[in-house]
Amino acid sequence: MTKLLAFAEIKDGDIRNVSFETIAAARQIDEGAEVVAVVFGNKNVEEAANQMIQYGADRAVTVTHDNLENYTSDGYTQAAMAVIEQENPDGMVMGHTSAGKDLSPRIASKLDSGLVSDITAIDGEDFVRPIYSGKAFEKKSIKDGKKFITIRPNNIAPLDQDESRSGDVASLDVEIKDIRTIIKEVVRKASDGVDLSEANIIVAGGRGVKSEEGFEPLHELADVLGAAVGASRGACDAGYCDYSLQIGQTGKVVTPDLYIACGISGAIQHLAGMSNSKVIVAINKDPEANIFNVADYGIVGDLFDVVPKLTEELKAIQVK
Amino acid sequence: MNIYVLMKKTFDTEEKIQINGGVIEEDGAEFIINPYDEYAIEEAIKLRDEHDGEVTVVTVGDEESEKQLRTALAMGADKAVLINTEDDLEEGDQYTTVRILEAYFEDKDVDIILAGNVAIDEASGQVGPRLADKLDMPYVTTITELNIDGDTVNITRDVEGDEEKIETSLPLLVTCQQGLNEPRYPSLPGIMKAKKKPLEELEIDDLDLDEDDVEAKTETVEVFLPPEKEAGKVLEGETDEQVKELVSLLKTEAKVL
Repeated sequence: MTKLLAFAEIKDGDIRNVSFETIAAARQIDEGAEVVAVVFGNKNVEEAANQMIQYGADRAVTVTHDNLENYTSDGYTQAAMAVIEQENPDGMVMGHTSAGKDLSPRIASKLDSGLVSDITAIDGEDFVRPIYSGKAFEKKSIKDGKKFITIRPNNIAPLDQDESRSGDVASLDVEIKDIRTIIKEVVRKASDGVDLSEANIIVAGGRGVKSEEGFEPLHELADVLGAAVGASRGACDAGYCDYSLQIGQTGKVVTPDLYIACGISGAIQHLAGMSNSKVIVAINKDPEANIFNVADYGIVGDLFDVVPKLTEELKAIQVK
Repeated sequence: MNIYVLMKKTFDTEEKIQINGGVIEEDGAEFIINPYDEYAIEEAIKLRDEHDGEVTVVTVGDEESEKQLRTALAMGADKAVLINTEDDLEEGDQYTTVRILEAYFEDKDVDIILAGNVAIDEASGQVGPRLADKLDMPYVTTITELNIDGDTVNITRDVEGDEEKIETSLPLLVTCQQGLNEPRYPSLPGIMKAKKKPLEELEIDDLDLDEDDVEAKTETVEVFLPPEKEAGKVLEGETDEQVKELVSLLKTEAKVL
């Protein structure tokens, strides 16, 4: 039987959604495979392991160590290699997150294996991934070695949670030592919002937002929708917001269910980062703006008039 | 300080993508230095100016890559190396590139290697961490600040919008994120000087590698364009009506609320 590892990711004590998506991805690679969840942390890993099982994993292997509190390349590599050595899997799935992007190439290098990163769909033996920031797609296959992939969050639907499902959770003792990159401090800047790469809804602002304060109505709309706030390069370059919010060919590539573009003209570099969103709403004063060419719904108007009204309308229906 | 930069040429971000014969059409396309590699080149030059030493920009590419290497030299890099695989390799992947770079770096005395955190074409982000592993160096990805004091290195790293402050040491590999610096434009004297700066050209044979040593682990089965999006509905009427209609459409037609 094929054996596939599905890596859980814990951030600030909570298991991230993409963890459950790795299990669904493993099942898409091979429906009949034994899917083994892998969970690292400094505490409470059993809880996450049980959740992974409820979302479809057959069993779980955990590694608990003080040096696994925060992700470090050295720490997580030692833990991952110990699990891989013990389990000798046929393949592995990780999220294409900050940690997954950092860790997966190193593990692939250690195993001299191929790695197909940032997959949005699985088609039999082939893996589909966007290239040129979503201007095109490619299908890749792995010629030899382990099937090792990272999946883009929010693209492969997780399996339904089954709270009655149970499985073996085994702890593996690994000495995690000689960490060469020491984390001195973590400065939370994104904690007030929903993570852009995993957000189901994104409210994004462009040059039309005009100032840092101009983002305020966008934040209010995002709060009502439980959305993340993003921006175009124009808004970032103008200093209205932090570069960490940038969506586009440089910056983040996002695929939410709903993307609301406010005062964004729709330069090709920005479209590359968001045009694969499921539904796009454009709000712009300029009826000729390129963003209307990719929008499902458009409102020609001043965002400072439209956005607050949209927020009010959404609040009103939520009360109902 | 021996400073190395890994560079890749990519399509200009303005380019539309067309497919011809199952591959991306490159004829007539404008190429640029991968934008994230520009941050790496800029940071390397700043490090050299602060700590002395030499900046060498390395690329695995083809004949055409010389143009981007000259641009890097014009920005202020000291030397360039083109590992030309045009005649030897049909298809490579990140494994291929890293095997070649590993062989190149084998006899080099390296203090720091800087790379872009991702290339905007293939966007795998694998080459930096894979190479660091092969060279047994620590690495830090997506950096937005870099300070070197003796052998101690202090780094700020972007983690999905949060910041990690990291302490590590040389030798080291880092991958650069937007926000690290403002890459300079080559000056006219810089462009003139760049023409005379050393540009070494190697083939994999010069690195004691043959085709089999670097055979890709993955292959591209198909390349395709996303379905063309049709222009949607522009709503009519007063703002209040438009907003009401939008919310209703998002609920009933698009079903995203």
